[in-house]
Amino acid sequence: MNKKDINNIEKEMKLANEGLSEKERTLFSDARPSKVDPQNKYFEKFFNWARSQSLWFLGYGTGCGAIELRPLMTSRFDIFRYGIAPRPSPRQSSVFIIGGYASIKTIKRIVRSYEQMQGPKFVIALGSCTINGGMYYDSYYTINRLDHYIPVDIYVAGCMPRPEALIAGFQKLKKMIIAGKCDGMNKYAENFDWYKKNQKKIIKDWNMPDYNW
Amino acid sequence: MKDILTNLEQNFAVSNIEKKRDDLYFINVEKKQIISVLTYLKDYAEFTHLAFLQAVDRIEENQFQLTYMLYSFQHKTNFAVRVLIKRDNAEMISIHKLWKHAWQYQRELKEMFGINFPDSPRVDESFVLEGWEEMPPMRRDFDTLEYSTKTFYQRPGRSTNDPKKYMEKKLYKDFAKSPVIARKDG
Repeated sequence: MNKKDINNIEKEMKLANEGLSEKERTLFSDARPSKVDPQNKYFEKFFNWARSQSLWFLGYGTGCGAIELRPLMTSRFDIFRYGIAPRPSPRQSSVFIIGGYASIKTIKRIVRSYEQMQGPKFVIALGSCTINGGMYYDSYYTINRLDHYIPVDIYVAGCMPRPEALIAGFQKLKKMIIAGKCDGMNKYAENFDWYKKNQKKIIKDWNMPDYNW
Repeated sequence: MKDILTNLEQNFAVSNIEKKRDDLYFINVEKKQIISVLTYLKDYAEFTHLAFLQAVDRIEENQFQLTYMLYSFQHKTNFAVRVLIKRDNAEMISIHKLWKHAWQYQRELKEMFGINFPDSPRVDESFVLEGWEEMPPMRRDFDTLEYSTKTFYQRPGRSTNDPKKYMEKKLYKDFAKSPVIARKDG
């Protein structure tokens, strides 16, 4: 390969950030997300166990399912006894609970928050709306399948699932993390272009960087 | 309440005065007189609260029906003022000078029905739909199912029931034949 080809490939690997103005483009990174390989086998096992024991979720309720997070956090169902706690910032959290239907306006915020979360990160999709649209399957402004926009680890079906169902979902997630099956972050990095294509198909006013890490 | 209605009838071109309940009245008003009628109701008849402003798409008659719902804390009464406007290039007089918060309703109606309110503050900003490029979605000729299948990804294997048939089959099969229904005494 000559120098020109290498330059071209490097250019292609960078994100265009076309939604930003010329001035803003210098302020944001144009790097793609990269795949993170697992550590040495035994270390990874230990890390996975540690990750499963302190799941901090982002306190961002996107739809009606967010109402189930309040009893979950407070004294009746008390999620703290499982080592699970709500966090106010995507930077501090590792689990993202999508509570029910997501409109296009919300999907924009969901993508932004998901990309800002530190890896390893997991997604729990709550309610039937995130699975196939639920009762909003023919709505003009709510998405039908969440897994075309961000990778999803666990679905909790129901309309609405009760907090017990959510606790069961968390326990399943823990088992999956210990088994090393929750690989959503790497899936997102590998199929980045596909996810971006789907996201940009519905978010018409894309005025943010292509990858908001 | 009677004085108000007779006053309205004498001074303005109102029609279809209906009393739905003891505390709910409906009237129809011409588009030109909306400001004067609402000013009369607000300043003289003590209907000081604008509860909501909403629209109905009457596509068969090629009209939009706007409803201004007022409430009076003195009379403890709701008063709805209806206006019919043309559906093509729909335009209505803004009432943001009577009630300041009306600009928000008008902004929503502009986005959802495409009814323009000239001079209303921030009426062109998007309210819920960010970056919307199609026709206003609450118009009845907008096919939401077609738009949804075109835009969003369907998950195969979804099945739906017609609620009426399903409920008949599941719940009301015997109930429909029951003597209570046959006698029509509920």
